[in-house]
Amino acid sequence: MTFLSIDWFFILEKILLISAVLVLSLVVAMYSTWGERKVAAWIQDRLGPNRAGPIGLLQPLADGGKLFFKEEIIPTNANRFLFILGPSIAMLVACMTSAVIPWGDTLTIAGHTVSLQVADVNIGILFIFGVLSVGVYGIMIGGWASNNKYSLLASVRAASQIISYELPMGLALIALLMLTGTLSLKEIVEQQRHGLWNVVYQPLGFFIFLVCAFAECNRAPFDLPEAENELNGGYHLEYSSMKLGFYLFAEYINMFVSSALMATMYFGGYAFPGMDSLGVSPNTLTILGFVALFVKILLFIFFFMWVRWTVPRFRYDQLMRLGWRVMIPLALANMLITGAIVLARQH
Amino acid sequence: MVLSVIALVSALGVVLSKNPVTSVLCLIVTFFTIAGHYIMLNAQFLAVVHIIVYAGAIMVLFLYVMMLMNLNTELEPQKRNWLKYAGAISGGALLVVLVAALRDASMPAISTEANEVGLIKNLGQMLFKQYVVPFEVSSILFLSAMVGAVVIGKKD
Repeated sequence: MTFLSIDWFFILEKILLISAVLVLSLVVAMYSTWGERKVAAWIQDRLGPNRAGPIGLLQPLADGGKLFFKEEIIPTNANRFLFILGPSIAMLVACMTSAVIPWGDTLTIAGHTVSLQVADVNIGILFIFGVLSVGVYGIMIGGWASNNKYSLLASVRAASQIISYELPMGLALIALLMLTGTLSLKEIVEQQRHGLWNVVYQPLGFFIFLVCAFAECNRAPFDLPEAENELNGGYHLEYSSMKLGFYLFAEYINMFVSSALMATMYFGGYAFPGMDSLGVSPNTLTILGFVALFVKILLFIFFFMWVRWTVPRFRYDQLMRLGWRVMIPLALANMLITGAIVLARQH
Repeated sequence: MVLSVIALVSALGVVLSKNPVTSVLCLIVTFFTIAGHYIMLNAQFLAVVHIIVYAGAIMVLFLYVMMLMNLNTELEPQKRNWLKYAGAISGGALLVVLVAALRDASMPAISTEANEVGLIKNLGQMLFKQYVVPFEVSSILFLSAMVGAVVIGKKD
């Protein structure tokens, strides 16, 4: 399959894989909206959506249809180009991160070894970090272009929140990197497959990362950019129809991707205990690993929802104080301790 | 080639656009194209760090300030004429110096395969072995800048 000195099988494989990952994250995000409402209902002792389809399973489709057919409104004084650019960036960035996550080991199909990871780059973690830091533009541009003071306030909040929580997140990751000695997510998973999960070595780092992930996803208790009782709905106040849908959807995709990241970096990814002593064929093992990863991701998503319906929202100054005065010193201390231990073990 | 054209066009957009927010957005696009150049030179680490630091942090702060100040062309004070001429002349002088400096410089083509310095492992080895003194000096420079910022911020 080599034509014009391009390996077409490779390109086909990558295209299939990228589409599969995209469809997967979209479907998971879609059903997260359903799951969110079911979890909320369960916590508040209600029934939740139960009209569309069995136990409300068709509810996301109905919601999606509604968003598609609603009238599209662009405010008169808004900057049209930027107004459309905002949700597009939010969606694009949310979908980009999943490229470097290893969804499983390799599959062997008709003699070809297919890796279940779109791109195994040697800077995987940094790539995710870069994409995350760009994600704030979607909110900022959208909020500013709406020409509405509430939207602007919300986007300013979002920007400072995301920048503040990126720092402890990065510091927590540095400790993890010192331990593993690699930036490639695939290698991090392989190390955990043959040893203990990283959460055992880095409990504090994992905790910091978890809190920062909540803040980066704008999820409760850090959902100040969309605090409806202060800001009338936040940065997407002026948006309607599918542009609003993109913003809401991007949030759920972000939640899915950060769950996948936490599962990959701290909870062994597609590795599970006793994986190599099972004695099944490599292909079955890969599929089992994928299922294991998925179970971990769903647990994390459930945790996200559980927290949202349990913990009240922070006040803005509390949020900033937590970020700068608690998380960063904690992350720095974690980094120093990890560095000292790594150094001591080398001698 | 395409990247370079986009880089030049967006860089011109930074200077020429009337709206400061558009200017900042053009600058962000420029940074992305420069990161693309780094990747084509096989310096992935540099490209990603470039995006994280410049596009991800510094430009967000720029945009933040621009949005809060909400600059308009009507509110902007008119610049005096001699200021414009002075700017044009000094800019032209800088251009002449740059052209003179670059005219004689030989630029050997860099082969992307052989050049592995940009990959993170080699870069780390380089920084902490060959260039450790300049690296530490620049970090002290950053520290002093941070102290300066805190001092200015503390002044009531």
